[in-house]
Formats: sequence, structure tokens, C-alpha cells
Amino acid sequence: MQIYLPIAEVSVDTLLLLGLGGIVGILSGMFGVGGGFILTPLLFFIGIPPAVAVATGATQIMSASFSGVLAHLQRKTVDLRMGTVLLVGGLVGAGLGVILFNYLKSLGQVDLLVKLCYVAFLGVIGGLMFIESLRAIRNTRRGAPPKRKKHGWVHRLPLKMRFRASGLYISVIPPLVVGVLVGVLAAIMGVGGGFIMVPAMIYLLGMPTKVVVGTSLFQIIFVTAFTTLLHATTNYTVDVALAVLLLVGGVIGAQIGTMIGTRMKAEQLRIWLAIMVLVVCGKLALDLLLTPSELYSIASGAGGY
Amino acid sequence: MLRLALLLWLAALPLRAEEVVLGLSQDRVAITATFEGSDILIFGAVKREAPIPDIPLDVVITVAGPSLPVSVRRKERVLGIWVNTDTVALESAPTFYAVATSGPLDQVLSNTEDLRHRVSIPRAIRSVGAASMAEDVESFTDALIRIRERTNAYQLLENSVALDEQTLFRTAISLPANLTEGAYQTRIFLTREGRVVAQLKTVIDVHKVGLERWLYALSRQQPLLYGLMSIAIAIAAGWGASAAFQVLRRG
Repeated sequence: MQIYLPIAEVSVDTLLLLGLGGIVGILSGMFGVGGGFILTPLLFFIGIPPAVAVATGATQIMSASFSGVLAHLQRKTVDLRMGTVLLVGGLVGAGLGVILFNYLKSLGQVDLLVKLCYVAFLGVIGGLMFIESLRAIRNTRRGAPPKRKKHGWVHRLPLKMRFRASGLYISVIPPLVVGVLVGVLAAIMGVGGGFIMVPAMIYLLGMPTKVVVGTSLFQIIFVTAFTTLLHATTNYTVDVALAVLLLVGGVIGAQIGTMIGTRMKAEQLRIWLAIMVLVVCGKLALDLLLTPSELYSIASGAGGY
Repeated sequence: MLRLALLLWLAALPLRAEEVVLGLSQDRVAITATFEGSDILIFGAVKREAPIPDIPLDVVITVAGPSLPVSVRRKERVLGIWVNTDTVALESAPTFYAVATSGPLDQVLSNTEDLRHRVSIPRAIRSVGAASMAEDVESFTDALIRIRERTNAYQLLENSVALDEQTLFRTAISLPANLTEGAYQTRIFLTREGRVVAQLKTVIDVHKVGLERWLYALSRQQPLLYGLMSIAIAIAAGWGASAAFQVLRRG
């Protein structure tokens, strides 16, 4: 069944949108990533104007994350204190990111920079996670005990705070910095930032994987709510009809994803996320390297983004 | 002076000898939530006082959606990666444009008349004074036409106007589902040997109705309220799904 979207001004298949939302929702619940880095390109692909896709993607991710967080709250796998610290950093970072984004836009080529950002970050993060997870799996097979948490420079910083749910007693500075960095990237790349946040929490902060997912989702809700409001008031590009269809699929998917996620081993979860990140990275890199079938593209408006 | 005026009147006379009488299957298109595009039947007759001239008559019909500025970008390989390099900003290009003719366009309409009335697709795009970084503006307008033809936004329908007895004509133009709201200018030209002998303009009104209308208006007039509403819907859906799954798990 076709439906005409009032803001996007295109007609698309309802089942396609439901399915798309569902797939992204499953990923979101399983890995604690918002799924924006997959949803947004998929929306472009089915013919939604980029500006609408970015803005509405944020709305859908917020909904799926909210659904996911509720599921995680019941299992007590959300570190609310850590989430709040990350969020404070995230909002500051998002503000900085918007300023940086507008500066890049004035220079032109913001499109390319966003894509290069994606390829670089996804490649590095995906690669590191993949190698690390393989090593962890091999260690558990050999029966070697997992290494104890290292007490590196992170633990020598001042302003220590106890994060009970994560079992950590560390300085608030590293999570704040992580929050700011993710916020900046989120604003520039138009995503919730979960795919950067999750590895950062695991490897930089040393949080247990089970808690990481819920905490990441908690933080994403607020970042994407902020983004939705910003897009709705400045660019008028949030399409409620599109969002509703995506999120009906998305919230159901998120619940299923959470169920799958809690039944999987942490190493397996990480290796699958790593593979997914690498696949998206490879696709984006190919787009930049291969000769496109159409060299020209249309952007509505004179000099529009 | 009077003689000159008389001469001009006589010269203009053949233009008035034939007139278009027009009918449309619908003069307004309502975009609803389940809008899947629409076929518009354009039909009419040629009204004339004098007998039919020997030179055969041809009909050209155009339908143009609202015009908007457009920029077209071209990619080029820089250091191994494909980058948008040149941009051409076109002053205005119709969001939808269809030309239907009763014969090959270059035969039923001369170049001069095409230039004057902006009938063919390239002419309908205003590229004069295009702000550009590129020298070959034409390849950019060609690309615009090529891309929009692929999505049926631009249609050249040669030989699709049926003309009976040089008097009755009809054609069907299918509007795709991805329509922009606005007044769709519809023009009918009667031509002989490539010259326009009569023309008529009318408007097909395309607009959103019902929920579509309401949402669109709200998003423009009360953006903050609209944004908050979107957030509320998203939160409610997330909570609803979570609650529903809990019930399912218990049950």
C-alpha cells in the first residue's frame, strides 16, 4: 500500500517503511546503537529527500531508544548516573558541533567531509572492535581467565565519582570528554552517535558491555529529541507520517532486539556489531572510490545543502 | 495611421479565426494520504467560423508544475575519490513538466515559436544568468532533464495527442505520486507549419487535503508545537510497544 508523506512530498510503500523501521529497531535493541548510520542512508535510497531523512531519522531513533531503555531499565542494565554525565557532555558537544558544521558549510564540501568522517570512524572503530572481540573469544576458548581491568591514566584523574551500576569508581572527566566528542560528531554526521559511544564506553571507560547498551540508549534519547526539535523549528523537515511508520516497525524491532541481545554472549554481540560497522564503512568507501553511474546530482534550492 | 492599424488587424485575423474550447477531466487534484498519482484527461475542440484551411493543424499541450530554484552538481575524481566539484544554480525549473504533441515536436513547432512560448523541456528551464562555477552550463541542464525524466517528473509525449478531423483533440497526462503542491499551468497551442495560430491557458490546482493539509500547515505555522508533537508521538509509541511486550511476555 502506498502512502503520501506530507512533508517529504513523496509517495512510498507502507510495508517497506515498516520493515525498514523494524530492522533498524532490532539493531538498536541488540547493540545499543541508534541505528541512524544505517537508517539515514537507507532512507536516501528509497527516495526520501536527504534533509527530511536526516531529521525524521532522529525522531525514529528517539522512539526506538526509548522503547529499548524501558526494556533495559527492567533488567537494571542502565547506569543513569553515567548516562547523565555523558549527556551533559553530549549536549555541549552538540552545540559545538552545530557551530563547526555551519563553518564547514560556509567552506563548501560539507557533504564530502561527512562521508569521510563516516568512513574513517566506522573503519577504525569497526576494525579495533573486530580484532579485540576475536582475541577475547579465542581467550575464552583456551580457557584463559579474562584480563582484569587495567588501572591506567584514566584512573589517576581527579573528581572521582562512583558509578554503581557499572561497578566503576573513576573521574568524571573521561566520560565528559567522551560525551563532548560524541556530541560534536553526532551533530556533524547527523546521527545519535551510539556506534561511537558504545565502543568508547567499553574500551575507554572500561564499562561492562551489558550496562553499556542501556546507558548509550538513555543518552541517545535526549540527543535525538534535541535534534528533532532543532530540525522541526529551523528546517521544517520532520515528517510525522514517515516517523510514525518507521517507529511502529522500530519499537517492535527494538523489543525483539533487546531479547536477542540479552541472550547473546558479550563477545559475540561485539563481533557482530563490529562486522556491521565494517560493512557500512565498506559501502560508503566504495561509493567514494567507484565511478558513479550518474555524475550529476540535483539539490533543491540555490546552493542548498 | 488608420491604414496601418487596419493592416495589422487583418494580419492578426487568422490568429482569431480558430479558437480552443477546452475540457479537463478534473481541474483540481487532491493529494490524500493514499495518493498514488493521477491521470488527467485533457480534451477539447477547435471552434472556427471559416472552413478548415488546407494546411494540417497540430496541437501541443503542456502542463507545468510550480517552478523552484535548483542546483545541479557534478562529481569529479580528486585524489582517487569522487567529489562534487562544479555546481550550477538554475534560477527556476518546473518541478513537473509534460509536453504532449500530435506529431514530432520539431515539426509541429518551429524553433522561434518554441523560444517565444518556452514549450520544449530545455526551454521551460530558465538557465539564463545561471550562477555557475562551470563553463558548460548546458551539460548540467541536460543532466537535470535526464534525472527528472527518469522519475517521470519531465515527460516528452510526442504523438500522444489524438486529433480527429482537425477539430477534436484529446490526450491523457499522468501526474506521478511525488507531486509538489501548487498551480499547474496548462497550455494548449494550435499550430500550423510550426507557427502558433491559437493558444489557451488554464490552471489545474494541486493541493493536499485532510490530514496531509493539517500536518503540513502545522509544521510551517507552529514549528515548535509540531516538533514537540513529534517527540510526544515518538515517546508514546516507544512506551506503548514496551508495555505491550511486557503483557505478551507475562501472558
